[in-house]
Amino acid sequence: MSLAFSEEARARFEKTLARYPNREAAILPTLHLAQREFGYLSDEAIQYVADLLGFTPAYIEGVATFYTMYNRKPVGKYHLQICRNLSCSLMGAEHLIEHVAKRLGVKPGETTADGRFTLSTVECLGSCGTAPVMQVNDDYYESLSEESIEGLLDRLL
Amino acid sequence: MELVLTTHFGNDRYRHVDTYVRLGGYAALRKAISMPKEEIVEEVKKANLRGRGGAGFPAGVKWGFLPKDLSRPRILVINADEGEPGTFKDRLIMSRGPHLMIEGIVITCYALTTHTCYIYIRGEFVREADIVQEAIDEAYAEGYLGRNILGSGFDLDVTIHLGAGAYICGEETSLINSLEGKRGWPRVKPPFPASVGVFGQPTIVNNVETIADIPWIVTHGGEKFASLGVEKDGGTRLICVSGPVKKPGVYELPVGTSLHSIIYEHAGGLRDGKTLKAVIPGGSSTPVLRANEIDVPFDFESLQKIGTMAGSGGVIVIPEGTCMVRSLSVLMNFYAHESCGQCTPCREGCGWLARILRRIEDGEGREEDVELILGVCDNMLGRTICPLADAAVMPAQSFIWKFREEFDQHIQEAKCPYGNRF
Repeated sequence: MSLAFSEEARARFEKTLARYPNREAAILPTLHLAQREFGYLSDEAIQYVADLLGFTPAYIEGVATFYTMYNRKPVGKYHLQICRNLSCSLMGAEHLIEHVAKRLGVKPGETTADGRFTLSTVECLGSCGTAPVMQVNDDYYESLSEESIEGLLDRLL
Repeated sequence: MELVLTTHFGNDRYRHVDTYVRLGGYAALRKAISMPKEEIVEEVKKANLRGRGGAGFPAGVKWGFLPKDLSRPRILVINADEGEPGTFKDRLIMSRGPHLMIEGIVITCYALTTHTCYIYIRGEFVREADIVQEAIDEAYAEGYLGRNILGSGFDLDVTIHLGAGAYICGEETSLINSLEGKRGWPRVKPPFPASVGVFGQPTIVNNVETIADIPWIVTHGGEKFASLGVEKDGGTRLICVSGPVKKPGVYELPVGTSLHSIIYEHAGGLRDGKTLKAVIPGGSSTPVLRANEIDVPFDFESLQKIGTMAGSGGVIVIPEGTCMVRSLSVLMNFYAHESCGQCTPCREGCGWLARILRRIEDGEGREEDVELILGVCDNMLGRTICPLADAAVMPAQSFIWKFREEFDQHIQEAKCPYGNRF
């Protein structure tokens, strides 16, 4: 199977390239774009980005695996990322993680059998004043309690 | 009380250029382009503006490190990688007042004769990056960015570069590598970024808050800004308060406001009848203070005098009833996770600290473990390319120095007296 960007993504890619003096600097934005287009960075996606930018797949993979936000494995439709750092822990994050894990029947790092949710613990999301915090895909959910997270999961189910 | 940044942050329209201009925005830029460039730099030096990203280096002095000749194009990079645990102020500026940052960028680039700026925003801040991009688009449309800005003949392009999840990229040379499309490994210095930075060009990296202070300094003058703070540390700071206080959040306060009043007056004190046990004053990497050590002005030098740091202004409030071993264990897991792996003392040391603390917390600590932690710290401190190892050591040492009895108790009783929970 060969992957390719949609026309829209292709246009965004060209626009991105124009902002940098070389193609290497476009690696991070192109990986972001590829992850949005293809869902996660499979070997094929890495190869595609490598071909687009003129690097070896090994080099692109080396960059991609440095950063936690690039997923080399498929993630669920909703990627629940709960902060486990100190401010969130002081405000109950541990209990929240346990609660969500129990409700979904998965451990942190796992995806539900129906592919709907992936549960992850993450480091500081930079929103400590509204702890505990969870990022779901692009959005932050702040000042969470067991009740509010239940309500959110009900909406996403 | 004089505010530099947050006066209009309650106004939902302030993020848009029309409202920003109506409330006085971009007047500082108009003033700046009529000033000699050296005079702008001079005002920033007079302002005693110290970098708000954590290190507190005087901004005007940093700018002065650029090579004098203009043969190689200079680049300004804004560090919006906000990742220091306990810090959440740059997110506020970007979402509530992005034009303050953009106006600061244009003035700074004009003063430093720079035609290219990258804003490095941490990858998780997708929504904030969207808001900043919208503001950039507006600024281009209104002639505050692009070609011949406000008829001055000055050109500037600004581009957002999204990170992808790596605390280390807040360190400026790591950020530069990440901007170049590489793994975010810190670089050996020298050469310093001011001479060889991004794409090999002379580069200045400034924090979001630092750059957002620039328009006010140009409007009101450096001396006025300096007078808001204390000696050698001017202006206001965005202080972030987190943990179980009644009103957690970001407070803009004059540099030198007492840490006690930050916690008890501004943040309303502790909630649910809790009492104070400890405070981490400047983000997770800064040494912890006991509850009886907080009658101290919040400025770089005063906090340094009592053995800690103002850092990035991230005040983490820890209440009585919290296990300090567990708290430190959480922090060491973070540093172990975020060490880039380049230097052995940091890669191995952070991992060892995390593992030893885990076993102490789980009741499996050995008699020699506390000394072992301190020994590992000695082998890390000052022995690495970048300060991440130091950033792990400072909380580790200070937690042990100030709360030693808790570590000993865990080991002697072979269990966590707090029930192995927060």
